[in-house]
Amino acid sequence: MKTLIKNVKIAKSGAMYHTMMIPGIIFLLIFSYIPMFGIIMAFQDYVPAKGIFCSNFVGLKHFMYMISLPDIAQIVKNTLIIAVGKILIGTFMAIAFSILLNEISKKFLKKTVQTIVYMPHFLSWVVLAAVVVNMFNLDGTINQILVSFGLDKINFMGSNRWFRPLIVGTDVWKEFGYNSVVYLAAITAIDPGLHEAAAIDGASWWRRVINITIPGMLPIILLMAAMSLTSILSAGFDQIYNLYTPMVYETGDVLDTYVYRIGLVGRQYSFATAVGLFKSVIGMILMLTANGLAKKYTDRKIF
Amino acid sequence: MIQNRSIKARMRTLLIYFIVISLALLCLLPLWNIVAISFSSSAAVSANRVGLIPVQFTTAAYQKIMDDVQFWRSFGISVIRVIIALGLNILLIVLMAYPLSKTKREFRGRNIYIGLLIFAMLFNGGMIPTYLVVKKLGLLNSIWSLILPGAVPIFSVILVMNFFIGIPKSLEEAAIIDGAKPLQVLFRVYIPCAVPSIATVALFSIVGSWNDFYSGLIYITKIKNYPLMTYIQSLSVSIEELLRAGKSATALSNVMEVSNQNLNAAKIVVAVIPLLMIYPILQRYLITGIVMGSVKE
Repeated sequence: MKTLIKNVKIAKSGAMYHTMMIPGIIFLLIFSYIPMFGIIMAFQDYVPAKGIFCSNFVGLKHFMYMISLPDIAQIVKNTLIIAVGKILIGTFMAIAFSILLNEISKKFLKKTVQTIVYMPHFLSWVVLAAVVVNMFNLDGTINQILVSFGLDKINFMGSNRWFRPLIVGTDVWKEFGYNSVVYLAAITAIDPGLHEAAAIDGASWWRRVINITIPGMLPIILLMAAMSLTSILSAGFDQIYNLYTPMVYETGDVLDTYVYRIGLVGRQYSFATAVGLFKSVIGMILMLTANGLAKKYTDRKIF
Repeated sequence: MIQNRSIKARMRTLLIYFIVISLALLCLLPLWNIVAISFSSSAAVSANRVGLIPVQFTTAAYQKIMDDVQFWRSFGISVIRVIIALGLNILLIVLMAYPLSKTKREFRGRNIYIGLLIFAMLFNGGMIPTYLVVKKLGLLNSIWSLILPGAVPIFSVILVMNFFIGIPKSLEEAAIIDGAKPLQVLFRVYIPCAVPSIATVALFSIVGSWNDFYSGLIYITKIKNYPLMTYIQSLSVSIEELLRAGKSATALSNVMEVSNQNLNAAKIVVAVIPLLMIYPILQRYLITGIVMGSVKE
């Protein structure tokens, strides 16, 4: 009798749980799952008037075309260079900053600094692009400083040599503070007794950072590194779209901006979908790998 | 801290303070420069004389914005969008996170739902197919095209779900013994306990919708329906187009008008103010919210 009542209760709340899931699942089906069927377009010569049911199938034509394009190699290369640069330098900056910030014992100063360095993360690239242009254009602050040192002006925004460093640098500037949140939390979780013991044994501050702080942060560092793998094919549409010009397509065009330009602006729907699918599949493989690695080496997982 | 106040240690502390404060200034000053520009005369701006203090202080740019109908229209669209999206996001996040925080035994089918969510997070149809769905639904040029495709922020659902999982089971059992139903348990026990994580996803939602220009770029074709960020973004594009279109007298005067740097700076400052008002309120929950919710052991 008692178990019967319990079973009825579970069934009742089960129905309740399903009902609660319905609205969200409907949105997911419409805006995530139905578009997945649209991937068929990548294997067709899609004509908007005919729709995906009547357009002609062409097999792997668009993929073959994609591989044969000299553009695509350059674009994948740009994407990887920019993404890897952002991940490596960004992670290093965030870790270093969190270690330094942890040394600040004045509470008010620490809070103020935190509020300031997190701020750029919350601003749109539309806004920050104006800030970056203002700093780096030909008459900008940086060039004024260069001139005052007797150096030549540099056309940062329009130079294929400087565009990638500019993109990586400004992204690191925007995100290092915010990314330091998790590292700071990891440092606080380290047993202060370890530091005290090491200090009594005569270990210098630098030694303690190398031998206690960093090893203590290692699980989080590995987890974040694994997670950042997933963004390796998204070098940041918002940022690049707002900062690039045709002059720097050669070094600045990445997969996302390319899909936008040829797909929506150039109306080559099928080809753009094929490039998008390529990105999606590789992204998914990377994400699963990252989750597997995180589970294996840190006992934590993303999902 | 360890009581080792040798000269070397003091020098080190001083150096660390110097580096940390410099980095904070590096984040602040470029933004402050824009504020200074917005309050300076356009002559001073085009002569590059503005640093951190406004030169020939004037509020002319702000007065000009006051009369800019499109700016305020876009501003209003963004405000309405943020409010609707926030309500919808939080409702769907909480409704989904709660059942998903139950075990497989308590909620049969949980793993199927989780699978659906994670697959949608990992894999998507891409820009063009999503665009075609939004178009087929007749949402182009409507505010709903900005809100509905992002109605379920999957990462936020997982974050709140993990936070819910961390809430002690005994709290729920006590409430059930007192006669609470699942919905009451959710609203009286779980939501009050999960304030940091809900505040965090609320901040994500507000920041995400306020800052998004991409949806506007893709789904909105009439300038009068642009949300604020898309409108501001379009200003810099139209300068380029005007320059390319030729040098007729009207085109040039338009360029002068749009490329008016202190006016653009003032627009940017106004566009950032709403975020700067909300961010400090929600920021204090951020660390607990992210750290407790983002990973599971």
